[in-house]
Amino acid sequence: MRQRIRPEGQRMSARATTVAAAQTGRPEGPDAHAAVRIEHVSAWYGTRQAIDDVTLGIPPHTVTAIIGPSGCGKSTLIRCVDRMHEVTPGARVEGTVRLGEVDLYAPGSDPVLVRSMVGMVFQKPNPFPTMSVYDNVAAGPRLRGERVSRGDLDDLVERNLRRAALWDEVKGKLGRSGATLSGGQQQRLCIARALATDPAVLLMDEPCSALDPIATYRIEELIRELAAEVTIVIVTHNMQQASRVSEWTAFMLAGDDGIGRLVELDRTEQIFTKPSDPRTEAYITGRFG
Amino acid sequence: MQRALVLRRTRSITRRLIVDRAMATLFALATVIAVAPLVLVVAYIVVNGVRGIDLDLVTKLPAPVGEAGGGMANAFVGSAILIAIASAVALPVGILAGVYLSEFGRGRFAATLRFLTDVLTGIPSIVVGIVAYTLVVVPFRSFSALSGGLALSIIMIPTVTRTTEEALKRVPTTIREASLALGVHEWKTVLRIVIPTGLGGIVTGVMLAIARISGETAPLLFTAFGSSFWGEGPLKPIAAVPLQIFQYAISPYKEWHDQAWAAALVLMLFVLVLNVGIRSVTRTGFQSRGV
Repeated sequence: MRQRIRPEGQRMSARATTVAAAQTGRPEGPDAHAAVRIEHVSAWYGTRQAIDDVTLGIPPHTVTAIIGPSGCGKSTLIRCVDRMHEVTPGARVEGTVRLGEVDLYAPGSDPVLVRSMVGMVFQKPNPFPTMSVYDNVAAGPRLRGERVSRGDLDDLVERNLRRAALWDEVKGKLGRSGATLSGGQQQRLCIARALATDPAVLLMDEPCSALDPIATYRIEELIRELAAEVTIVIVTHNMQQASRVSEWTAFMLAGDDGIGRLVELDRTEQIFTKPSDPRTEAYITGRFG
Repeated sequence: MQRALVLRRTRSITRRLIVDRAMATLFALATVIAVAPLVLVVAYIVVNGVRGIDLDLVTKLPAPVGEAGGGMANAFVGSAILIAIASAVALPVGILAGVYLSEFGRGRFAATLRFLTDVLTGIPSIVVGIVAYTLVVVPFRSFSALSGGLALSIIMIPTVTRTTEEALKRVPTTIREASLALGVHEWKTVLRIVIPTGLGGIVTGVMLAIARISGETAPLLFTAFGSSFWGEGPLKPIAAVPLQIFQYAISPYKEWHDQAWAAALVLMLFVLVLNVGIRSVTRTGFQSRGV
C-alpha cells in the first residue's frame, strides 16, 4: 500500500541535505532524537503576542497531540513549524524550528521549500474548488513545477488516495469536482493532497472539528495508520480525541496576559492519568477550559 | 381597571396595524416609482422600434437621404470593432491591476491606486472623450476608431479593476493557504488557484463593463465621430450604434427615425441579454464551485 522509496522522496531528501549543508545547524534542544524541534519560539500578530518561548521536541513516526483551551496558541504554534504563520500580514516569529538537521528559520531559508517538506491539513476541509479529485491530489507536485509523467502521476494519485483511505470511495469519480464530496471525504482528500508531496511531518489543525462523529472516527483511524510512516502533530481541543489518537501530548495554556505557553509534554497516558503540572490536571478534569 | 387596560392595549394594536399597513404601502409605492421608468423606457422602445427591425437593419449600409430602405450595418460592425479595441486595451490593464490590488497591493501606494480607480469611475464620459481626442485625434489629425476604442477603454478599466479585485478578495483565505502549505510559490498560487477560483466574478466584471461601454455616446462624439460607410481602418472615423442613433434621431427624416428606434431596441436587447446572461452564468458557476 505504501512505498517510501520513490523518485519524489529521493529528490526531497537530496534537497533537504543541500539545505542542511548550507546551514550548519547543531542539534540541540529538549530531545536530540526529535523529528521536529521547536526552540524558544515566540509569535506575534502585529503587536499582540500569541505564544511565548515554546520549546518542544516532536518524537518521530508517532502522533503528538497539542491540547489546550481556545486561544492558547496551539494553531499558531504549528503554523510556525511550516512557516505559515508569517503568511498572515503583520505576523512575525522569533526562535527557530529544526526539522532533523535543518534549521527552518536560518537566514536564507526559503519558506516555500520548508512548506514542501512539511504537510498541513486545516480545520475546515479546503479542496481546491475549481479542481477535480485527481487534480487536487496532483496539485502539489504539479504546481511546484515538478516534471512527472502522466503514468507516474496516476500512480501518485492512486497511492495517496489509498493512503488517505479514500480510493475505494472516489476511484470511479476522479474527474468530479472535489467540492462535490462529503465533508469527511473532502478532509481525507486534503490529507491525500498533503501526503502527495511526501512530507516528513504532517501538521493537522483541528482536522475533525467541522466533521460529524463517523467522519471523525474515520479520520482518527487514518491518523493512527499514517503515524507509521510520517510524523504527525495534531492540534485538538477535544481531549478524548487526543487520548484516542496520540502517543504524546503537549498541553498549552494562555496566561492572564493572554499569551500562550507550553505547560508540559509527556506520554499521553501520563498526561491523562497523572500529569506533573497541577494546571494540566485542572484542565483534564474539566475544572476550566 | 382590568377592562380599561385591555381596551387601551387593543387601541394601540389597531394603531400599530394601521401604521404598519401605511408604511408597507409607502414602500411598495416607492418601489413602483423606482421601477416604472425602466418599464416605460423598455415598453416605449419596443413599441417604436419593433416595426423598424428587419434584416436590412443589420446587413445593409445606410441608403442616401430621401431614399427608402437601407440599414445601419456599419454602425453595428463599428460598435463591435470599438468594443474589441477597448477590450484589447482595458482587459489586460484592468485585470492585472485588479490582481495586484487584491493579492499584492498593500500600504499607501495600493490605497492611492484604489482611490484613483474610484475617481476614474466617476469622471464624466465626455471628459474621457476629450482625453482621447487630445491623445490620439490631435496627433494623428483625424477622428479614428483607435481614439474611440481608447476612450471606451478608459471607461472600462476602473470597472474591470474593481470587480476583479472584489472577485479575488472573495476567494477564501483557506484556499490560498492550502496551496501555500503545499510548497507552491505565491505567484503560482495566485495564477493557478486564486484566479481560477475567482474567474466567475472576473467574467462578470468584464461583461458588465462591455454592457456599459456599448451604450456610451458622449466619448465617441469627437473620437470615433461616426461614418456612413464601413470602417476604413483604425485611423479613420468609424460608425457606432449609439452615435448613429443620435444622428438619425436629430435628422428630419421619418425613415431615419424609425431606424434609430429599431437600433435602440437592438442595443437595449444586447445589454439586457448580457446582464441576464451574466446573472445566470455566475450563479451556476459559483454554486458548482462551492464558493
